[in-house]
Amino acid sequence: MSTESKELFGTGAQFGSARELYEAAQKVRDAGYKRWDVHSPYPIHGMDDAMGLGRSKVSFFSLCGGILGSLAAFVLVYYTSAIEYPLVVQGKPFFAFEPTFPVFFELTILFTAFFTVGSMFALNLMPRFNHPVFEWDRFEQVTDDGFFIVIEAGDPLYHETATAEFLEKLGGAHITRIEG
Amino acid sequence: MSDATASFGPAKGNIMERKPLVTNARSMSWITQRVAGIIEGKTPFWWWVCTLVTGAIAVLVPLQLTYLVASGVGVWGLNNPVYWAWDITNFVFWIGIGHAGTLISAILFLTRQKWRTSINRAAEAMTIFAVICAGIFPAFHVGRFWMAWFLAPIPNANAIWQNFKSPLLWDVFAVSTYFTVSLIFWYIGLIPDLATIRDRAKHAWRKWIYGVLAMGWRGSNRQWRNYEKAYLILAGISTPLVLSVHSVVSFDFATSIVPGWHTTIFPPYFVAGAIFGGFAMVLSLMIPARAIFGLQDMITVKHIDNMAKITLMTGTIVGYAYTMEFFIAWYSGNPNEGWVFQFNRLADPYIFSNLFNSGVAPYWWAYWLMFICNVFIPQLFWFKKIRTNMIAVWIICMVGPNVGMWFERFVIIVTSVHRDFLPGSWGYFSPSINDKLLFLGTIGLFCFLFLLFLRFLPAITMFEVKAVLPEADPHHHPEGEAKH
Repeated sequence: MSTESKELFGTGAQFGSARELYEAAQKVRDAGYKRWDVHSPYPIHGMDDAMGLGRSKVSFFSLCGGILGSLAAFVLVYYTSAIEYPLVVQGKPFFAFEPTFPVFFELTILFTAFFTVGSMFALNLMPRFNHPVFEWDRFEQVTDDGFFIVIEAGDPLYHETATAEFLEKLGGAHITRIEG
Repeated sequence: MSDATASFGPAKGNIMERKPLVTNARSMSWITQRVAGIIEGKTPFWWWVCTLVTGAIAVLVPLQLTYLVASGVGVWGLNNPVYWAWDITNFVFWIGIGHAGTLISAILFLTRQKWRTSINRAAEAMTIFAVICAGIFPAFHVGRFWMAWFLAPIPNANAIWQNFKSPLLWDVFAVSTYFTVSLIFWYIGLIPDLATIRDRAKHAWRKWIYGVLAMGWRGSNRQWRNYEKAYLILAGISTPLVLSVHSVVSFDFATSIVPGWHTTIFPPYFVAGAIFGGFAMVLSLMIPARAIFGLQDMITVKHIDNMAKITLMTGTIVGYAYTMEFFIAWYSGNPNEGWVFQFNRLADPYIFSNLFNSGVAPYWWAYWLMFICNVFIPQLFWFKKIRTNMIAVWIICMVGPNVGMWFERFVIIVTSVHRDFLPGSWGYFSPSINDKLLFLGTIGLFCFLFLLFLRFLPAITMFEVKAVLPEADPHHHPEGEAKH
């Protein structure tokens, strides 16, 4: 695209299988790297531990969404049918929990879904259409059957040749300098 | 590659070993190739024919709705005392079909039924399309369609608000939440597979469209981590949601005092019926699709067998519910309730009318058709030979639940109200041509949307099927050399 020299993003390596990727990820973690990532065609069971990542924060936002949804439903129903325009329906109380439960329930679900998806996108920094890893020609295999580790240049432990050698020692193939 | 699954396949002398979920030891790239190939290959001739025919039928929907809005709801055969007939029957029928998709994608996910992976995408698509068809009916049965927005809690010129004590308003909330959450769930599930299509795309415009839809997915584990959590939570909330939706639909009837509707068994009975009808529809769609696209290694005979078993189970629950509501109608001693069941539904001209020494129930044929299609015909699924015969399963689903579940809703709705407390206002409902054409139009719309889905979106969840392959497990040790 541009003629100016691109910035170094990091070093990538391809691995042959989920097992190799998993074992390599544990070693990268133990080596103390922080800014790196593992790419695979499907979520690999146990990879979060192998990478030393904690719990995803999505569930916290889901809970917030659920609570907000319940409150929103309460405010909506209580304000409209007991304060703003009290409507006599078959002599029933203006507000009661029992007949309004379905509305509470549905809005709780709806807000939880919005917050879950919204927080997932936000935490994943999506949508982000361009990313340096896409400059690597082998990388398109990641959505087919390719397994990759990419260590970013921004990592304090990163050293261009040492990191490349380290990845090679772990069994990585096609060690590539990624620019973008 | 063949070595990779050797330890997973049915080992000799160990009949307890599970069958592999993907047969013939297919590799990950085979899965990508086969599923993406459906979208990338040349458009088959049959697809054009089917899409044009169903699309032409679907045009009936806007035509009929235009006529309805221009003339009034009287163009349907509604008349005193039957003001709900085919419209609400079709609504409940379509919304019920959607439930199997959510059951497969959410409940089978939470219960870790790994076989769901190859059918959930198509089943969820079916859910979305069925709910679209369903939504047409309640939206337009209000008559003055341009005032349908009064259902939404928006401040309006009359300064009046919704009656939150009404089950009809609960239904608005339940169905719109169901549609929104199902759509989100489906789209989230599509993102990694859309990225696959993006990465394989040859044309720039194709890469651009699928690239935008995939939102820049790069399969990174830091993404997968949040993705999986979000998916789990969506499955967790969809499970009570799907159970609530048809319960709320049943409240439309159960909270009234009409004999035949005023029944506490309705919520579980409706939910079981919805899952039953939905699974039959999934089978009706997937059996031809797997044969046409050569997906037999992913949607195996075992999958069809499992779905037939669920159909059998839910069909039997439905049979229990039919029998139990009948028993309670008699046991409660409520004369109106018992009367509706005997003389509005059961009394056929040959046996029961003589037995009760009564007249014939005008809709006896609908009641018996419902009972035979939903309860008796699916009992054939007790036999493994039938469950594993694709043509037999398809025929049973088409003539059994697909017909029977429509008649169930018709029986509940129309037979209850056509003759109730006041003999002076008894009547008989006959559908008009507009009723029939609109329902036909929604069938066309449903098939048309499903055909578009098959052609333009990955019909099988590739990344989830890859994840259930034996070599997908990071602790899997292939016997041979590691592949590269």
